[in-house]
Amino acid sequence: MDIHEVSVLIGGRAGDGVASSGQVVAQILAHMGYRVHMYFDYPSLIKGGHNFAIIRGAERPVGAVRDKVDFILALNQETIELHRGKLGRGGVIICNGDIASHPGAVQVPIGSILKNEQAPTVMGNSAIIGAFLKAAGIDWNIAEEVFWNALMKETVQNLRVAWQAYDAADVRMAVKEITDHRHPVMTGNEAIGIGLLEGGVTMYFAYPMSPTSNLMHFFAAKADEFQIRVVQPESETAGILMALGCSYAGVRSAIGTSGGGFCLMTEALGLSGIAELPLVIVLGQRAGPSTGLATYTAQSDLLFALNAGHGDFPRFIVAPGDTTEARTWSRLATAFAWKYQVPSIILPDKIVCEGLYSIDPDFSIDCHPEPIMADPGVRPYMRYQLTESGISPLRFPPSVGDWIKVNSHVHDTDGITTEEPEVTRTMADKRNNKIAGLREELEGLHPVEVSGNTNSDGALLTWGSNKGACDEVGKLLDLRVIRPVVLCPFPERSFANAMTGVRRFYSVESNETGQLARLVSQFGYRASGLVLKYDGRPFTIEELTARVREAIS
Amino acid sequence: MKGSELISHAKNTWCPGCGNFIVQHALKEVVSDLGSEGYPVENVILVTGIGQHAKIFDFMNLNGFYSLHGRTIPVATGIKLANPGLKVLCIAGDGDCYAEGIEHLIFAAKRNVDITVMVNNNRVYGLTTGQFTPTSPYGFHGRSTPKGEKENPLNPLDLVLSSGATFIARGYTGRREQLKFLLHEALLHKGFSFIDNLQVCATYCNLTDYYNERVYDWDAGSSGDYQAAHKRARGWDYTADTRIGLGIMYQHGAPTYEEGYPVPVALSEEGRGQAIRKFLDSRL
Repeated sequence: MDIHEVSVLIGGRAGDGVASSGQVVAQILAHMGYRVHMYFDYPSLIKGGHNFAIIRGAERPVGAVRDKVDFILALNQETIELHRGKLGRGGVIICNGDIASHPGAVQVPIGSILKNEQAPTVMGNSAIIGAFLKAAGIDWNIAEEVFWNALMKETVQNLRVAWQAYDAADVRMAVKEITDHRHPVMTGNEAIGIGLLEGGVTMYFAYPMSPTSNLMHFFAAKADEFQIRVVQPESETAGILMALGCSYAGVRSAIGTSGGGFCLMTEALGLSGIAELPLVIVLGQRAGPSTGLATYTAQSDLLFALNAGHGDFPRFIVAPGDTTEARTWSRLATAFAWKYQVPSIILPDKIVCEGLYSIDPDFSIDCHPEPIMADPGVRPYMRYQLTESGISPLRFPPSVGDWIKVNSHVHDTDGITTEEPEVTRTMADKRNNKIAGLREELEGLHPVEVSGNTNSDGALLTWGSNKGACDEVGKLLDLRVIRPVVLCPFPERSFANAMTGVRRFYSVESNETGQLARLVSQFGYRASGLVLKYDGRPFTIEELTARVREAIS
Repeated sequence: MKGSELISHAKNTWCPGCGNFIVQHALKEVVSDLGSEGYPVENVILVTGIGQHAKIFDFMNLNGFYSLHGRTIPVATGIKLANPGLKVLCIAGDGDCYAEGIEHLIFAAKRNVDITVMVNNNRVYGLTTGQFTPTSPYGFHGRSTPKGEKENPLNPLDLVLSSGATFIARGYTGRREQLKFLLHEALLHKGFSFIDNLQVCATYCNLTDYYNERVYDWDAGSSGDYQAAHKRARGWDYTADTRIGLGIMYQHGAPTYEEGYPVPVALSEEGRGQAIRKFLDSRL
């Protein structure tokens, strides 16, 4: 194992604050210069049940966890029973000594600490974190800085509780600071939110659904700071139509959902297509079909997103693999929706949505598409004016002397319904023509990422959150890793470049049938094998290494 | 702007005798009148569903959004939230608004969003040629129910009242002047306004004589009384052979939805950058 690498598991009952404690641990590691990833595992219930998070920090960017951990922070005995097998050599268990024990564990007398500080039960987590800091030989100053950054309230009391545990514990394994170059930590949902804001979104519509509910919560909590309105409609059907109403009026909005909600949205997705109304959808994938595994991951909505809605119409689909990509591509998804007047679908999965990643705060793709507006002097205004690019200039109501009409039927240049064959064909061509411009613009933006050994003739093909595991395993096994970030319109040229010299490739995906492999087969690329996982959990590094070795042999 | 300028060049395809003509001319005159009362025509947005009612989108020179079957109200809500200065009118059908889109009607009333919904209730599917709708009379002989429909009709006034609407009226295409008045008042009402418009379908459900024998005007003075409104709503259940009240059934003032969700102050790029940096700093 890399010396400068550490993994921490924290576990407890649902409602114990495992996710927020995990975030504090992640921020502590980030503060010490680590690049961080946190996987959060929880069943679909409110109280009780077992939650755990694994936080991994390393010198280089990480987006997947390992089988083994160095520390287990156990808020209850069950955590020890369930996870002690994951403890690596020299690993340390830190537990609430009032209700849990294990030979050799750092046992924190949480009850008496809380009593001394007259602190509520929920602050017990700060005690566990304090004990972890000491056991890992981490400087107390870091706790102070992170607690002040991360905690919204009662920081002083939390710090006093953490200090008592820090003071009582002993050093077991030294986790070293690696650099003072620090990267902030956030979830994919939050990074998408930032990107949408940077894309000019001021309204967000969502019916609650994992794994994108936290994007709604993020916007709602920051509504004043970010000047964004959050509306929870009666259904996903209503939400997407409200968003289209905003687009008609010239206001940028976004909607968030998962596969089940997206099913309801497909009716209005086609309306966005034919009426040429910009639309931004965050489609966070979880395991399906139907209700499936509500709080676990999958990448099984790719073909659905590509084909949703009846009839042909252009769309943009991007699948970010971490927070850095999520932020910049969410901004671009918004900008492309408005420039090309098409629906944009941002397609993360639960791992990206709810997992924490270090973000490179300075990274941005230098591309700033703007909507094409009608010249103010032009009369009469035609909402569906024919142009070479297929893009009709926009104008928004109210506009004196204009009738601005958008229509779900086939329509003429004024937006009035028609059934004429000639107009029908012309308008279909006009919409279709927009794809060429969009694709050309995308080809210049690294829409297909290549990592690992870029000279290898063996490759892993993957997408979305499997970036994390594949980037590492590709390096480890000396394989090229090819990852389309943009999935529609498919960047054929960039993909062909990425595939140059590849003789065999294996598609690594979190679904049952290899949906990306099926997509690329349309362009003449046939996978030598599929490495699939569809149990709701992400690949660990070790698991993927073994599975790829098995596939190759 | 003169009313005649609001009629578009599109070819009209309603059946002769269709109640939609009355709606079209009432709308034309009301929008024209509102123009001279300080509500410019370009601020009016017409949102239609899918059905015979919806063709009015093509036939009028008005800003508009030709939406999906049953889906006028959420579109109108989005438009209103985006720009509260616009006057947003949904013209919907009974199949459209009372069947596939009924969830939206209930929620618009619950929210008291400041839009107007007029349902042209001809009590039959016209565009799909004569099936029963949620408000067809019990026993209706349609093309999908040759032996007579076995469902009781929905009472939209009762439903909308209990859902929280703050302006509720019933009109009738046989009373054009009254319909104009109701539409005018509904568009000026602050909050969710709703008109159930008994519209004659000349081809599949011509109830002209039936309505003419039974309609009467509600007392205009007591429209603020909720209990009285409740009695009015239940005065006719859309099937029983009783008198049919017309006019404003209920009206009262209440805060609107969009007042609770004011349009955000547009952040400058710098302001947004600062807010984002502050968030990033909290994650170190």
